[in-house]
Amino acid sequence: MKIKRIGVAAIALAAAGVLVLTGCTSGSPEATDGASTSAVVTTNGSEPQNPLVPTNTNETGGGKIIDSIFAGLVYYDADGAVHNDVAESIDTEDAQNYTIKIKPGLKFTNGEDVTASSFVDAWNYGANTANGPQLSQYFFADIEGFSYDEDVAELPGLKVVDDTTFTVALIQPESDFPLSLGYSAFYPLPASAFDDIDAFGENPIGNGPYMLDGEGAWKHNERISLVANPDYDGPRAPKNGGLDIVFYATQEAAYADLQGGNLDVLDAIPDGALSTFQDEFGDRAVTQAAAIFQSFTVPDRLAHFGGEEGKLRRAAISKAIDREEITDVIFSGTRTPAHDFTSPVIDGYSEDIPGSEVLDFDADAAKDLWAQADAISPWSGTFQIAYNADGGHQAWVDAVANQLKNNLGIDASGAPYPTFAEVRTAITDRTIETGFRTGWQADYPALFNFLGPIYATGAGSNDGDYSNADFDALLQEGRADTDLASANEKFQQAQEILFQDLPAIPLWYSTVNGAWGQTVEDVQFGWNSVPLYYEITKSE
Amino acid sequence: MAGYIARRLLQAIPVLLGTTFLIYFMVFAMPGDPIVALFGDKTPPPQVLEQLRERYNLDQPFIVQYFIFLGNIFRGDLGTSFSGQPVSEILAETFPVTLRLALMAVIIEMVFGIAVGLISGLRKGGIFDASALVVSLILISLPVFVVAFVAQFIFGIQLGWFRTTVGPGAPTQDLILPAIVLATISFAQITRLTRASVIETDGQDFVRTAASKGLSRSRIVPVHILRNSLIPVVTYLAVDFGVLMVGATVTEGIFNVPGVGRTLYQAIIRGEGPTVVSFVTVMVLIYLVVNLLVDLLYAVLDPRIRYAK
Repeated sequence: MKIKRIGVAAIALAAAGVLVLTGCTSGSPEATDGASTSAVVTTNGSEPQNPLVPTNTNETGGGKIIDSIFAGLVYYDADGAVHNDVAESIDTEDAQNYTIKIKPGLKFTNGEDVTASSFVDAWNYGANTANGPQLSQYFFADIEGFSYDEDVAELPGLKVVDDTTFTVALIQPESDFPLSLGYSAFYPLPASAFDDIDAFGENPIGNGPYMLDGEGAWKHNERISLVANPDYDGPRAPKNGGLDIVFYATQEAAYADLQGGNLDVLDAIPDGALSTFQDEFGDRAVTQAAAIFQSFTVPDRLAHFGGEEGKLRRAAISKAIDREEITDVIFSGTRTPAHDFTSPVIDGYSEDIPGSEVLDFDADAAKDLWAQADAISPWSGTFQIAYNADGGHQAWVDAVANQLKNNLGIDASGAPYPTFAEVRTAITDRTIETGFRTGWQADYPALFNFLGPIYATGAGSNDGDYSNADFDALLQEGRADTDLASANEKFQQAQEILFQDLPAIPLWYSTVNGAWGQTVEDVQFGWNSVPLYYEITKSE
Repeated sequence: MAGYIARRLLQAIPVLLGTTFLIYFMVFAMPGDPIVALFGDKTPPPQVLEQLRERYNLDQPFIVQYFIFLGNIFRGDLGTSFSGQPVSEILAETFPVTLRLALMAVIIEMVFGIAVGLISGLRKGGIFDASALVVSLILISLPVFVVAFVAQFIFGIQLGWFRTTVGPGAPTQDLILPAIVLATISFAQITRLTRASVIETDGQDFVRTAASKGLSRSRIVPVHILRNSLIPVVTYLAVDFGVLMVGATVTEGIFNVPGVGRTLYQAIIRGEGPTVVSFVTVMVLIYLVVNLLVDLLYAVLDPRIRYAK
């Protein structure tokens, strides 16, 4: 989970009017030729919230840097397809025991060899409760011998065979395990990192396409300067000389810098410019689907939402929401209505899963379903959706509440919590007594990542305490299947069950909005909404 | 004099203790668990939450946490941010930037504010006075982010005279535009204050006496009128400098100035207790020192004021 924090929403709104002015600028002469391999690309970022240690980074500010300076076993291309990076081969027969071979002769930027131990030691470090715990510790939870309660210095499930080979034993078959290996938690670490992990987090040494521009390249709260790693000759070899990631406190400042020519690539457009940036930047602007799924959850334990009555009411609520209208009017098309529980950028996605009709707007059918539920037990009270007021959610929550009011004839409203921390605490403690906003950003491009962690019985992020034995069984079957296509089929069947039960009511998918300047070309955004920086060429 | 300064500095100690206690209490009382929020929409295992709370002493009662914090401060340890950087280092990086910005803004508003106010006061009711009034009314009624965005758009993006935001290392020429924006807020107040004060002084007996003694106007204006008119203006400038030093959050955000205001704002958003409390402690110190300096300046401007005891 890479978390995004967007600050100063109020200023953004207030400034919207002013920023409309900026739509007047125009004129975009052809990008000049003569791309230079030494030119440094500048892009927006935010101050990492944690030291730059792969297993302890779980937000986009640090993730963008970590992904640039490390190379994992595999990497994801623009479409989210998985290709080998450091790995030579990843083999399994039962989806539970893996033999991983890495390419020989690879080096970290301090000259150390990248060996099987570089991976095994790094994973053991990330998995060991004694080390923190690390924010991405749960990624290792399915490796044999893992424990949250005890200190396990060396997982029995990880074995080094020789310099370039190691084996992984999982506690159960997981066919999506190879897909997850491109996530930052699974990056290798040089042996020197463990001597002083704090110093390493300040000046990390990786094996990726880029490396830090010397000691102290991380200027806190200001920027981090990366240069191309001359020793990296993998599939992500940079076509530019380096990457300057400038930390912005507001999206407005970053956008102004792009307009003023001080910034090459921007991956977030401020709200006030959403309606104008495409006219202004033309073919240098992009809007594409992101691996982010938005929903709200109405737990079973709420009055009137248990059993058959609850199923009917959830279906009624889902059918009473006109997703098309809200994404158009409130989000100016920067969200797209959901058709399932995953995301269109994921391999295996389908918008015609049987049962997905429950997401189509139909006020009459909704009323009908609601009446059927009332026949079981008459409704009373107000239906509420809790959200954090510091995240720009009020507009859509109010819109959904209004639609429920109008289409179901019930009292409905938003229940704002002042901060993100407050609402998450109430959700985690199960003290919340209303429906609440939920969302998911994928860690790696796989259908299972949108389903297992949220809806499987007892799963970590199963905030609605959903439990369905058939669903769990289909997930297990899918994970045990080493053939990706037939595994995805099982996952889609599992989604059919979700459409009947609606453990979360799908709303829409986020999109990423970005733009770039005239001096750069070949800008592509990856499946995780981060530009593929290594592909960018820049003329000087 | 020395005794007076010593007494004022001693008074600062209870003030500091009180403010850190209050700030710490407020950060502590902020509802919601910052550790839970660290994981976004994902719910971590309870064991992980527990261990993280332990690491940041968040499992201790408030008063214990406060004394741990206080004890560390006396050992010179201001704590570390979540990203592992010592807070003392963050302070050392951000305060010089804000200091430069605040100084530039104060100098700009002082030079222009006093000059315009003086001319307005001496030529009361004239065309200059009237147009200065209109301009300052416009500036006073515009919120600072409007001024900042318009200035950034016209001078940064359209004309290209200044960099749109502050570049690496916050060079002084990049700070000119934000400093001008900050100066516009107080420019109007200083103009009005100076004008009123000059008009009042101009009518005083000692000014007429000086004129009747045969002193030239070019001597009376700077030495007799201006100097005696400056006391309220100096107070205002000093307070304003204090305000600017503790960070201009909005302006620093718009121009991406790596200063105190922007950093503190982000620390609050993340719920980084140590960073917030340490920053505020330093801010209180700055306020105390600036106030002391203002009181001492009074004596320089007006010899009738004495702090002897």
